[in-house]
Amino acid sequence: MSILGNRVLRREDPKFLTVGGTYVDDLALPGSVHVTFVRSSMAHARIVSVDSTNVQAMPGVIAVYTNDDLGLAKFPTVMGMTNEAMAPSMLASGTVRYVGEPIAAIVAESREIAEDALEQVVVEYDPLNVVIDPVRARTDEDLLFPDAGTNTSFSLDFGGDETLFDDCDVVVELELVNQRVAPCPLEVRSAAAHMSEDGRLEFNSSTQAPHGVRDALATFLGLEPDQVHVVTPDVGGGFGAKAAVYPEDIVVGWCALKLGRSVRWTETRSESMLGLGHGRAQVQHVRIGGTREGVVQAYRIEVLQDSGAYAGFGTVLPFMTRVMTSGPYKIPKAECASVSVVTNSTPTTAYRGAGRPEATAAIERIMDVFAREIEMDPAELRRRNLIGKDDFPYTTPVETLYDVGDYHRALDLALEVAGYDELRAEQARRRAAGDVRQLGIGLSCYVEITNGLPDGEFGAVEVRPDGKVIVRTGTSPHGQGHVTAWSMLVAEQLGVAIEDIEVVHGDTDIVPRGAGTMGSRSLQIGGAAVNQAAVDVVEKAKDLAAGLLEADREDIVLNKAKGNFHVVGTPAVSRSWAELAAAAAKDGNPLFAEVDLASPGPTFPFGTHISVVEVDTETGKVNLLRHIAVDDAGRIISPLLAEGQVHGGIAQGVAQALLEEVVYDLEGNPLTSTLADYSFISAAELPSYETRFTETPTPVNALGAKGIGESGTIGSTPAVHNAVCDAVAHLGVRHIDMPTTPIRVWNAINDAATGDGSAKGGR
Amino acid sequence: MIPASFDYVRVGSADEAIGLLSEHGEDAKLLAGGHSLLPLMKLRLAQPSLLVDIGPLREFSYVTDEEDYLAVGALTRHHDIAVSPLTLSSVPLLAHVAGQIGDPQVRHRGTIGGSICHGDPASDLPAVLLALGATFVARGPNGQREIDAKDFFVSFFEVALKPDELLVEIRVPRPSDARWGFEKLTKRAQDWAIVGAVAVRSASGVGVGLINMGPVPLRSGAVEAAVLSGANAAEAAQFAAEGTEPSADFNGSVAYRQHVARVLVRRALEKAGV
Ligand SMILES: Cc1cc2nc3c(=O)[nH]c(=O)nc-3n(C[C@H](O)[C@H](O)[C@H](O)COP(=O)(O)OP(=O)(O)OC[C@H]3O[C@@H](n4cnc5c(N)ncnc54)[C@H](O)[C@@H]3O)c2cc1C
Repeated sequence: MSILGNRVLRREDPKFLTVGGTYVDDLALPGSVHVTFVRSSMAHARIVSVDSTNVQAMPGVIAVYTNDDLGLAKFPTVMGMTNEAMAPSMLASGTVRYVGEPIAAIVAESREIAEDALEQVVVEYDPLNVVIDPVRARTDEDLLFPDAGTNTSFSLDFGGDETLFDDCDVVVELELVNQRVAPCPLEVRSAAAHMSEDGRLEFNSSTQAPHGVRDALATFLGLEPDQVHVVTPDVGGGFGAKAAVYPEDIVVGWCALKLGRSVRWTETRSESMLGLGHGRAQVQHVRIGGTREGVVQAYRIEVLQDSGAYAGFGTVLPFMTRVMTSGPYKIPKAECASVSVVTNSTPTTAYRGAGRPEATAAIERIMDVFAREIEMDPAELRRRNLIGKDDFPYTTPVETLYDVGDYHRALDLALEVAGYDELRAEQARRRAAGDVRQLGIGLSCYVEITNGLPDGEFGAVEVRPDGKVIVRTGTSPHGQGHVTAWSMLVAEQLGVAIEDIEVVHGDTDIVPRGAGTMGSRSLQIGGAAVNQAAVDVVEKAKDLAAGLLEADREDIVLNKAKGNFHVVGTPAVSRSWAELAAAAAKDGNPLFAEVDLASPGPTFPFGTHISVVEVDTETGKVNLLRHIAVDDAGRIISPLLAEGQVHGGIAQGVAQALLEEVVYDLEGNPLTSTLADYSFISAAELPSYETRFTETPTPVNALGAKGIGESGTIGSTPAVHNAVCDAVAHLGVRHIDMPTTPIRVWNAINDAATGDGSAKGGR
Repeated sequence: MIPASFDYVRVGSADEAIGLLSEHGEDAKLLAGGHSLLPLMKLRLAQPSLLVDIGPLREFSYVTDEEDYLAVGALTRHHDIAVSPLTLSSVPLLAHVAGQIGDPQVRHRGTIGGSICHGDPASDLPAVLLALGATFVARGPNGQREIDAKDFFVSFFEVALKPDELLVEIRVPRPSDARWGFEKLTKRAQDWAIVGAVAVRSASGVGVGLINMGPVPLRSGAVEAAVLSGANAAEAAQFAAEGTEPSADFNGSVAYRQHVARVLVRRALEKAGV
C-alpha cells in the first residue's frame, strides 16, 4: 500500500507544539552586538544632514554607519528589466523616498542601547513633493528619480488591437483597485552574522532562499560564494516577501566583516510593516465583451502597478498578471497592457500569488458585472465560457500554454457542495422581504501558474550504514511541511519507515545548490528532484545487491514492505538497506544519489471557490458565513499538507477581500503600521471551510503534482469580493473596491440609494 | 517596540503604591494589566521613569454583592468579570461586555480599573458604566472618595483621578428589572469599536452610552430624554448623534459614525425593551 495520498501527520509539529521553533532571534550568539536602522520619517525628502554626534558618545554604542561608510554598490533592480536609475543604494543616500527607508545603521552592545541611540540621531530633511497615488505618479508631474526623467519603471504592451470589441453585442468596463497589502509573516525579518575561525562569513537568515542570500552577500561584499555559509533556522513565514534579499541583510553581513564581531538584527513589527515588501498594489482597468447569450468574445486588462519607491520585484508583477490574462475561459481575443510606476511608498514585492491573484480578481469581478448586464446567472455564464477538458493542452491568446484541466468538474462540484440553488432561493427570499441582513453568493473560477520561473532544483538521497536515510533538498520550507512530504516520497520509493528519514534543508554547506521555496514550486520541482534521487538510489542499491547476492541485476527486486532486496522468487535470502549501505561504504562509495532536476516547465492548478456572506445593510458590516473551495493541484501527495495550504491561503485571500489594506495619507505617512491598525485576519472572522480536491494529474512532472501554495489565496479573494457585491447588487450597487470594510460597503449602498450608482464606495 | 528604560517596583500594598505616586508624581505610572500602558511604552508614546506594578494586590480583585450595588475590585480582570456568577446574575450586561473585549489574552490580563483609568473613548467598559450609573472609589494619601462615573471622564485620555490616587473599586447599581442591549461595530472581533452603543432600561430610568463618539465616553442625554417622554426605539435613536464629535479616520467618517450610532442605539434600545 502506498503512503502517498495518506493523511500522514506533520513530522515538524511535535517540536513546534512543545518546545517551539528556533528562529534567528532565538539563536544563542554569545557576545553579539545589535544593529538597528535609523529610518526615514519622511516619505520624500532630501537628506540635508545626519547628525549622530550625540550617539557616538553614548555608552555601549559601537558605530554608526551611513551609506558613504559602506562603499557598497547599489542594490540591483530586478532582472535587469527595469529602469536602472531607479535602483536603491544600500542605505538612503541623498534622498529618502518612503517612510521607513533605512538611512543609517547603529551598532550597539545591546538592542536596548541601539534603540535608545536611534532617538538621538538627528536627521535634517528638506521635504520634496510626495507622490502616493500611482495614477498621479504616472503623470510624471513630480519625479522620484529626476535622472530617470520618468516615474515609469517598466511597461508591457502587446496587441493594442483597436478592433478587439467590434463584434461584441455587449461590452462592460470596470476600474478596480487591487489594494496594497502587507504580507505580515509572524516572524519578522531577522539576520545574524559572524566570521568563523577559518575566515568565512557565517550568516543566519530568515529567508525563503538561503542560496540566494549566500550569492547576494558574496557579490556585494566581494567574497567567493564558498566563503559565505548561510543557515536558515526555523522560518516563521515569508509569503513571497522573504524570497528577496534586503539591503539590511547585506549591511548586517558588512558589519560583521568590518567589526569582526558577531552581529545580529531583528526588526520590530512596526519596522516590518514598513520595511518588508508589500504586495498587490494594482489599479486595473478591465473591459469585457460578448453576446447576450453569454459568450465572451473579447477581454482587455490594463494594469497600473505601484512599484513603491524603487524598482524591485513589484515592478514586474504585471508580467505574471499578463500570463494569466484570460483565466480559465476560452476567450478568442484577450490582451493585457501594463505600466509600473514608482511612488513614495514601501517597495512592493511578491506576495502569495504575486501577480496572478490580481489577474483572477480582475476577470472574475468583471465576469459578474457582465453576467448582471446580460441578466444571466454568474455560474451559468462561467459554465458557458470555461475551457473544456478536451481542449488541453490549451494555448491562450497571450500565448500561455495550460497543461491540463477539468474546469467544469470543479465548478459543478463547488455548486453541488454549496447547494447553490437553495442559496439563491434564500437570497431571493431575503431580497423580497427587504431584510436588513442580505445574502451574497460569490463565485470564482480560477486557473493559475505554478513553478513559473525557469529554475531547476537540487535533491539528494543517501542511505547510511545504520539504515538511516538522509535527504537533502534545495527547497527551503518555512511552514509548508517539506520534511513530511519529502519523507513520504522517499519512503514510498525506498520502502523505509519515515521515522528513519532525515530531511536536511537551509544550510548552504550541506545543500550545495537550491533555488528555494516560492511560487508554489517546491513539490513539483524540489519534491520531484528528491523523488528522482530516491529512484536513482534504488537503482544503485540493485547493483550492489546483485553483487552481494550473486545474481543478475535484472532479477533483483526491492521488497518495499520489508525494505530489503532479494532475487525474484527467493525472498528468504535478502539484503537490507543498511547492509547495502555498509557494503557500499566499505568500497568507499556511499550509497548516494543526487539530482539537479531541470525545470520541466510550469503547471496550472485550477478550481472554483464559492463564498456566502451576509451584509448588514445598515452598517455595511460583512460576515462571512461559508467558504467552499474546490481545488485541483493535480495528484495530491499529502492531503493534510495540501489542505493546510488551502486553509492558510483562504484566510489570506478572505483578508484581502474584507479587511486588509496598507493605507498612506497624502503626505505618505503610513496609517497602518501596527497590527491594531492593519487588519490582519483572525480565526474569529472565519468560518470552517468546506474544501474538496479534484485530482487531474499533470503530465509535466513524474509526480503528476501541481503547486497548491497559492491557490487558496487566488481562488478565495474574488469569491468573497463577488459575494459582497452580490449581496447589495439589487440595491443598485455595481461595484465596491476591496477591502470591503463596513464604511465602504455602507458608502456604496448609500450612494446607490441617493442615485449616484456609479460610486464605488470609496471612503 | 522597545520601551525606554524605566524603574520598576512591585508593591505589596495600596499604601505603598500611593506613597510611590506621591513621591514621584507624574514620572510614575501604575501598571495593572499592562494592556493599554505597555503598547504605548513600546511605541515610546509613554515614557514613565517608574512603573508601580499593582498586579500583586489581589485583594482588589473581586466581585461582591453589597446592599445597593455590585462591588467590583479595580484589579479584577475582564475574564473574571465575564464568568463571575454574581455578575452574570445581577448585572449580566457587565459580564457580556467584559466577555467581548479584545481577545482571550487581553481579557485575561486587562483589568476593569485599567480600562477606566486609561480614559480611552473607544473602550467598552467606560460607556457601559456610564449608562449603568456606576460610582468609582479612589484612594489617595488622605483616604477614599467616591466619584460619579459621569464626572470621571474629563477629556481625551484624561480622567478625574489625582496623580497620587489609586482606583480601588467600581460600584454598579443593579435594579432587578433591568433589560439591556449592547451593540458594537468592529472590523475584527478583537478590534476596538468603530462605534458602540449600550442601553439599560429599568423602572428607575434609562441609560444610554456611546463608545468612540467623541473625545470621552458619552452618555446620551437626548436619547434618554426621548425614551422617558415615550418615544419608541427608532424615534429615540434619531437623537443618538446629538452632541457627539466622533473622529474621522479610514474606518469611518464623522457622518458614517453618526449614522452607525443611530443604528446601534436603536438596536440596543430594542433589545432593552424600549
Ligand atoms: C489587542 C488589544 C485589544 C483590545 N481590545 C479592547 C476592546 O475591544 N475594548 C476595550 O474596551 N479595550 C480593549 N483593549 C484594552 C484592554 O481592555 C486593556 O486591558 C484595558 O483598557 C486597560 O487595562 P489594564 O489593566 O491592562 O491597564 P494598564 O495598561 O495596566 O493601565 C492603563 C492605564 O490605567 C492606569 N491604571 C491602571 N490601573 C489603575 C488603578 N487601579 N488606579 C489608577 N490608575 C490605574 C495605568 O497607570 C495606565 O495609565 C484591548 C487591548 C489590546 C492590547
